[in-house]
Amino acid sequence: MIDALEILLQANFWAAAIRIATPLIFGVLGALICERAGVLNLGIEGIFVAGAMAGWLSVYLGAPLWLGVSVAAVTGACLGLLHGCLTVILGLSQHVAGIGITLFATSAAYFGYRVAFPTVTTPPRIEPFQPLGLSFLEAVPVIGPALSQQTALTWLAFAATGATAFVLAKTPLGLAIRAVGDNPASVDAQGLSVAGLRMGALAAGSALMALGGAFLTMSAFNAFFFGMINGRGWVCIALTVFASWRPGKALLGALLFGAFDAYQLRLQTLAGGAVPSQLFLMLPYLLSIAALILVARKADYPRALMKPYIKGER
Amino acid sequence: MVLMMNRRGALGLGVGLASTAMTSGSFAQGKKPLSVAAIYTVPVEQQWVSRIHKALNSAKDRGDITYRFSENVANTDYERVMRQYSTEGADLVVGEVFGVERAARKVATDFPKAAYLMGSSFQPSKPNFSVFDNFIHEPSFLTGMVAGKATKSNVIGLVGGYAIPEVNRLMNAFMEGALSVNPQAKFLVTFINSWYDPPKAKEAAFAMIDKKADVLYAERFGVTDAAKERGVKAIGNVIDTAAQYPSVILASALWHMEPTIDRVIKNVATGTYEPADYGVYSYMAHGGASLSPLDPKLVPQDVIDVVKAKEKDILDGAFRVNVNDAEPKSTA
Repeated sequence: MIDALEILLQANFWAAAIRIATPLIFGVLGALICERAGVLNLGIEGIFVAGAMAGWLSVYLGAPLWLGVSVAAVTGACLGLLHGCLTVILGLSQHVAGIGITLFATSAAYFGYRVAFPTVTTPPRIEPFQPLGLSFLEAVPVIGPALSQQTALTWLAFAATGATAFVLAKTPLGLAIRAVGDNPASVDAQGLSVAGLRMGALAAGSALMALGGAFLTMSAFNAFFFGMINGRGWVCIALTVFASWRPGKALLGALLFGAFDAYQLRLQTLAGGAVPSQLFLMLPYLLSIAALILVARKADYPRALMKPYIKGER
Repeated sequence: MVLMMNRRGALGLGVGLASTAMTSGSFAQGKKPLSVAAIYTVPVEQQWVSRIHKALNSAKDRGDITYRFSENVANTDYERVMRQYSTEGADLVVGEVFGVERAARKVATDFPKAAYLMGSSFQPSKPNFSVFDNFIHEPSFLTGMVAGKATKSNVIGLVGGYAIPEVNRLMNAFMEGALSVNPQAKFLVTFINSWYDPPKAKEAAFAMIDKKADVLYAERFGVTDAAKERGVKAIGNVIDTAAQYPSVILASALWHMEPTIDRVIKNVATGTYEPADYGVYSYMAHGGASLSPLDPKLVPQDVIDVVKAKEKDILDGAFRVNVNDAEPKSTA
């Protein structure tokens, strides 16, 4: 029992929690931006895959790491715009279109991979982002060393959280995005383009989602594998509700999930083995569900979420 | 049976591959190559499936078979793809049915003229359904000996995909091997519940290194990367990745599907095919498994000698490695 609690004081534990949380931070921010504008983006899982593949492949083909990150973001944005064409312009079901985007993006990424590498035996590796090793942070107990082990992409995730929070809360653009998710007619009455705002939010949000995927192939690991996204996108959708569509809480939720996952990986190795490993594997999800029950009861959905806006319709 | 005895004589110490290639090359001459189809639920890069793919490709290159395959087939699609290849007249269908045992066996009964050889945890079934599995617990035991001798902290970490018999038996053999040379060795065991999540496997490995593990059993991709980053050693499984991770991988337990594949091809081609358990052809004595070459720069010579002696005992039948399918538990 003491062992189990001691884990929480280890810098390496928190470093792992932040590493596991980083793709989720990107993903949940992306989902949050889309949903704040009134569009549910279930393409997230596929956009993760596409981002992971596109970023990694461009670096493999010789692009610098940051260009790879940009390629991933653009790939995500394009898929977001495709989702927008279906759901915003054509007003189709956001559930169906989103699942469609996930299936399409996943398969397209696999197809692209196989076309690029028809006969490899192990997936080719790239030189990924390295930990920044910010030595001035080391003085801070526990959290300092945990942060200094992170790569630039994790700091980008933190920065994206701040930027998203600022834009949504403090700028006219943020007001317009929030309004278009709550009451698109009012935005229309202001003379702003509902479709334009929603498409923009989808492009930006999906670009962030793709960065979550890119983190996995360019920082957490150095190669692209089929199926390596492994449901992380879906976790982000749940975390968005947990976060009540607020960037600060989104960061918190992602870190909490990362901590649960890092914790269960350590609990599994405690001696005894009286508890089946499957129970530990369930832990992050069970605790997330418990957290959701506590938080989501008061969930305040964007009012126009999943409602297509058709100009002039009453 | 006569054939089998002859072949067993021909198979030497880990050189089984070359000799099977020669023996089975002969019957193909003047005959139409067998039509073989393979259905994999994961991509052909996956370690396990890559060994089957490799064996079938070399049979194709010899001209014994024509080879088509479908990779990344969902279990829910498996039956359909099996039916399609069977309807198209495949003589032999190879694959893995761990998730679709019952449905796959049903398909096989619908196509009694075709032969099926499937990775499975269960027994063969009539009229035409044979099974195989990665029985490489023997070299796993040997790599365990290397790990047991190599660890200084006496803590060895094992990261696995799922706690299923195919994984458990290798881990158990590995742990037994380590304990046989180092009774003080303790083990950390983690399952990540995925075949393909290298970032997660890496995190699991980091967690073990934080708990003083200095040798890692890399059942999954990602573990060796963690070992490399933190400067500890790793033991490979199924494939040899020593070239990609120089001086990180101490030893690997390798799986060779060639003896299994070549035998089933021969049986089908000569009309002597019967449903059987081909698992035994993954044993070391048949050349279906081997210990990777040990580098004296990484493994001390006296350890190599001990391991080689045990390898000889296994090949001679003087030592039998237990097959234990129970879920391994952490002991540290």
